[in-house]
Amino acid sequence: MTAGRLDLLDRRLLFFTGKGGVGKTSVAAAAAALGAERGKRVLLVEVDAKGNLGALFDHPPIGFGPMQVRPNVHVMQMRTDESLREYLRLHVRVPALGGIGPLANVLEFVANAAPGVKEILTVGKICWEVHESVEGRAPWDLVVVDAAASGHVIAQLDAPRAIQELVQVGRVRTQTEWMIELLAAPEITALNVVTTPEELPVSETIELVGRAREELDVPLGVVIANRVLPEPLTRGDDAIVTALRLPDSAAILDRAVGSGAVGVLDALDLAAALRASRAPHLERLRQSVDLPIVNLPALFGSDPAQGVVDQLAAALAEELGT
Amino acid sequence: MSVTADTSASLESLLASREIIVFCGSGGVGKTTTAAATALEAATRTSGRVLVLTIDPARRLADALGLDGIGNIERRVPEDALRAAGIETSGELWAAMLDTKASWDDLVLRHAPDEETAYRILDNRMYATVTGRFVQSHDYIAMERLYDLHASGRYDVIIVDTPPTRNAIDFLEAPARMAEFFGGRLLRWLTAPYRVGGRRGARLIHFASRPFYQLADRVLGKQFLQDIAEFFLNFQAMYDGFNARAQAVQQLLHERRTGFVVVTTLESSPLREAQFFCHALEEQRFHLDALVLNRVLPSWLCEPSALAAAAQLLDRALPVAEDLVTTGASALSDVERTARVLLAAASMFRDYSALAEQEAQRRDELSSARSVVATVPILDEDVHDIAGLHRIGKELFTT
Repeated sequence: MTAGRLDLLDRRLLFFTGKGGVGKTSVAAAAAALGAERGKRVLLVEVDAKGNLGALFDHPPIGFGPMQVRPNVHVMQMRTDESLREYLRLHVRVPALGGIGPLANVLEFVANAAPGVKEILTVGKICWEVHESVEGRAPWDLVVVDAAASGHVIAQLDAPRAIQELVQVGRVRTQTEWMIELLAAPEITALNVVTTPEELPVSETIELVGRAREELDVPLGVVIANRVLPEPLTRGDDAIVTALRLPDSAAILDRAVGSGAVGVLDALDLAAALRASRAPHLERLRQSVDLPIVNLPALFGSDPAQGVVDQLAAALAEELGT
Repeated sequence: MSVTADTSASLESLLASREIIVFCGSGGVGKTTTAAATALEAATRTSGRVLVLTIDPARRLADALGLDGIGNIERRVPEDALRAAGIETSGELWAAMLDTKASWDDLVLRHAPDEETAYRILDNRMYATVTGRFVQSHDYIAMERLYDLHASGRYDVIIVDTPPTRNAIDFLEAPARMAEFFGGRLLRWLTAPYRVGGRRGARLIHFASRPFYQLADRVLGKQFLQDIAEFFLNFQAMYDGFNARAQAVQQLLHERRTGFVVVTTLESSPLREAQFFCHALEEQRFHLDALVLNRVLPSWLCEPSALAAAAQLLDRALPVAEDLVTTGASALSDVERTARVLLAAASMFRDYSALAEQEAQRRDELSSARSVVATVPILDEDVHDIAGLHRIGKELFTT
């Protein structure tokens, strides 16, 4: 059930999850941008209403209705109350909710507060968009989801099955059936985990991959190691750095470029130390997770000409190949 | 009390005045390690019993404290482990993690009017699903557990690491929302047709007479509605206890003995969330005590002389490397190689410097609005053991 890295963008539904703070929103946006670049019509879904997906594309805040942020990329923000309204309109043939009095308020409350309902409305709406696209009734070649963080994503993706266990008959049961099928289809869906080469994100990734295999029937795609620090030096360069710090060299550097030379060399040490502290985690990730690992570089923001999304998309393209 | 109102606030003074300190912030900012480091320092600086409670579903604190599988029961961090890391404690350090399922079961057993009802709830299919699988129940039970531990009187200070909710304020509202949910009109509505049949033999009466039930039946099926109704009818038996408890939790969180610490890095997105969170806490009259900046890049990266040197090197690495041959150092005899290292150093400096510059700017903007209580520099090693926590702790308490 493991996806090769090459065909990742040929799926119809890509979830990106990961520990909070690892940059999964940017990575999801980059995957969407890359899909669009390759001619796919992409819907990018922001699940936790943080509202900065629009900003990543230099676009004002985005709501439930998909908005085009660049050619071939539409973005929508998940809102469970809207999702419920849409569901009722489409499937229960409730013409206008105003017609059933206080029900509208109750429904809004249910959508936002009732345990479990939020999850099924979220994953249901996402599956619906894919389902409709596969049937040719919606335009998306690819739906990319900036999904819930690793602590919550299992509950979210498992919601159709949880609901099915609870609901024995009726319309919802039938509908959870096709959702479960769609989520389990390896040619359609892949769950991808974003991490950074740090202790806790890597631990959480390993744990999540294990849990996903055990508890979910959703195919796993790739693990993305984000913010991988560049290797400042190559083997044997250490001797040069040490020699540069000798009094004679320091004097020459001082004369040539000023007293700040020491600081410049210190940055090299800082970079090397930070990279060294992360290397073991990348190694642990490689050894503990038998999924393809995609490395994306740390961006330092010193190249403002190209935005974060495009820089990451370019790096992703390089890693995924064509 | 807001941070701005009391500039002399420090983590030290916080430990002296608060019984509960809640650490919050967006995911990935080092909240858990900061909370654990604070707890460790508290146990070294005071003679009290200090408990750190992590309510995160992932086992982060266990990682950091070198304990595997700490569960719902609090465990004392062994003095040997502390001593091995070179730490002499005057107090006791305890740790606990939240076990959502066990905590819910406790809650039901405590609030149910009788044992029969309790077990009817515990056996209900809805119960396992609602409490175990769905996210909000973690938020609620976390606050509930905190209340419980505080009420036990066993600890002088409880330091709490909060769940990584995207909307960081969510968990604070969880008790109120749960009480509202279980006591609200919605449930009375949902369960109304079943009440007539009594708690045990819930039966549908006049089902077809209301549009809501027509709708619900078409969507969900009768069995589900019946299960849900039975579950909530049973749950409502606990409502009074539940509601009183939720209110008590709310009150405890608002009292002076509970303080909040917001942790953030100086990256733009966590910082934006931290500011939003500070604002929300103040607006809801919680006691926001401190803002902690974590993983801050060193200020020497912004030195103008170093920036100038880096610019020079990017321009003239080769001639400088040629000059360096005159030192006679054998490592510097290969001019091109030396030049490459100089270029690498300069561009690396430029990259990190750009980051540090952004951070400094954000920090300036921030400190005009709020006072930062502590700063922890970026460390060149990971913190996953007690010695590492101690290192962070020292930074927290000296700035």
